[in-house]
Amino acid sequence: MSSIGTGYDLSVTTFSPDGRVFQIEYAAKAVDNSGTVVGIKCKDGIVLGVEKLIASKMMLPGSNLRIHSVHRHSGMAVAGLAADGRQIVARTRSEATNYDSVYGEPIPVKELAERVASYVHLCTLYWWLRPFGCGVILGGYDRDGPQLYMVEPSGVSYRYFGAAIGKGRQAAKTEIEKLKLGDMTCRQGVIEVAKIIYGVHDEAKDKDFELEMSWVCDESNRQHQKVPDDLLEEAKAAAKAALEEMDAD
Amino acid sequence: MDQKMDFNAPHSMGTTIIGVTYNGGVVLGADSRTSTGVYVANRASDKITKLTDNVYVCRSGSAADSQVVSDYVTYFLHQHTIQLGQPATVKVAANLVRLLSYNNKNLLETGLIVGGWDKYEGGQIFGVPLGGTIVQQPFAIGGSGSSYLYGFFDQAWKEGMTKDEAEDLVKKAVSLAIARDGASGGVVRTVIINSDGVTRNFYPGDQLPLWHEELEPHNSLLDILGAPEPMNI
Repeated sequence: MSSIGTGYDLSVTTFSPDGRVFQIEYAAKAVDNSGTVVGIKCKDGIVLGVEKLIASKMMLPGSNLRIHSVHRHSGMAVAGLAADGRQIVARTRSEATNYDSVYGEPIPVKELAERVASYVHLCTLYWWLRPFGCGVILGGYDRDGPQLYMVEPSGVSYRYFGAAIGKGRQAAKTEIEKLKLGDMTCRQGVIEVAKIIYGVHDEAKDKDFELEMSWVCDESNRQHQKVPDDLLEEAKAAAKAALEEMDAD
Repeated sequence: MDQKMDFNAPHSMGTTIIGVTYNGGVVLGADSRTSTGVYVANRASDKITKLTDNVYVCRSGSAADSQVVSDYVTYFLHQHTIQLGQPATVKVAANLVRLLSYNNKNLLETGLIVGGWDKYEGGQIFGVPLGGTIVQQPFAIGGSGSSYLYGFFDQAWKEGMTKDEAEDLVKKAVSLAIARDGASGGVVRTVIINSDGVTRNFYPGDQLPLWHEELEPHNSLLDILGAPEPMNI
């Protein structure tokens, strides 16, 4: 599928003759090679889940978080280059608190997504900057209900019912499409996301992984927080059981 | 008595301004006197200014300062509405007003009452007095004439009034303040904001209730002596 953009891919400020900016497409590849990140919108909130590939057995579990809170009511899961992701999270947090100071209310999720997208896009406009090598799934719960957005390295942002980025995104999207999200609560959604992530993890190719999940829903009082430990354990157990069932076939 | 009046002195709106919430929206009310010292520069001014379609502000204190603050907030709210894609909330409008009031407190002298309706919280009133505090209240009063209304509201205000009850309360209150406060006068203007939209009303002197000192004197020397017509002397 990928073509070589010889000569037209050296700078993000160069178009190719067929109208593509190759540097942005290459940035997207960095995202594609990262661990899977999944987000779904249930009827009472959002669930985010990350397949955090562990680089070394020496790492402390629970470190190197990939899901970050950006405001009381919203959180962001990052795929791709982790350092780039940190920049985006920092900027998003700053946008959220600035909006709150000026307008006196929490930033609507739609507005926040637009600001993130606009910042990511900004870095694709100048030759002395490189595009961000990460994609972001942003989930939040404001007075218009729960909303899920995804921002790609090109700076496009769309609103989704369910989104997935990273290595296992094709398989993950197929699984998400099978779910009846409109009827599901976040409690059920957490189990489903765990199953999906365990399902798309490639034992052969990749090393161990750690499952990181967060939610923002009615049950969490519309605050973005890590999924409670007991529910997380329940989800992991259900996911492993589902895997064994599949293997048994 | 002031022989030399400075007609170029800063215009101040002595003022009585009121904002009241009712079951379904808000009623804003104000008098219409703008004074320059003792001279009434404008006897029919409109102190209730539109910030957006669903949020209005009552202005008191320095006429210029309150106009400038209103203009800035209208401008910011307009941009905010476009970006948001839906009407701004009353809280956001009030917050923008107080940021300007607070951050420029050394330069400004204006007390404002922001009132409006939005689909999330319904009718709301926010008081933004001189220093730039912001306080949400079920009703708010401001301006020099408001001093005479604190006791009145303590007794007359109640939760869950109808639209007509609220407007009557505001009309009565402003006219009481006009009767006692030299810096308030003219006509009573009211603005009602609810889910159906905005209604502006105007009550000149003859439509306002009379208070006891304004009625014909009984048993006074003038009656007894048979006061002549002013033009017949």
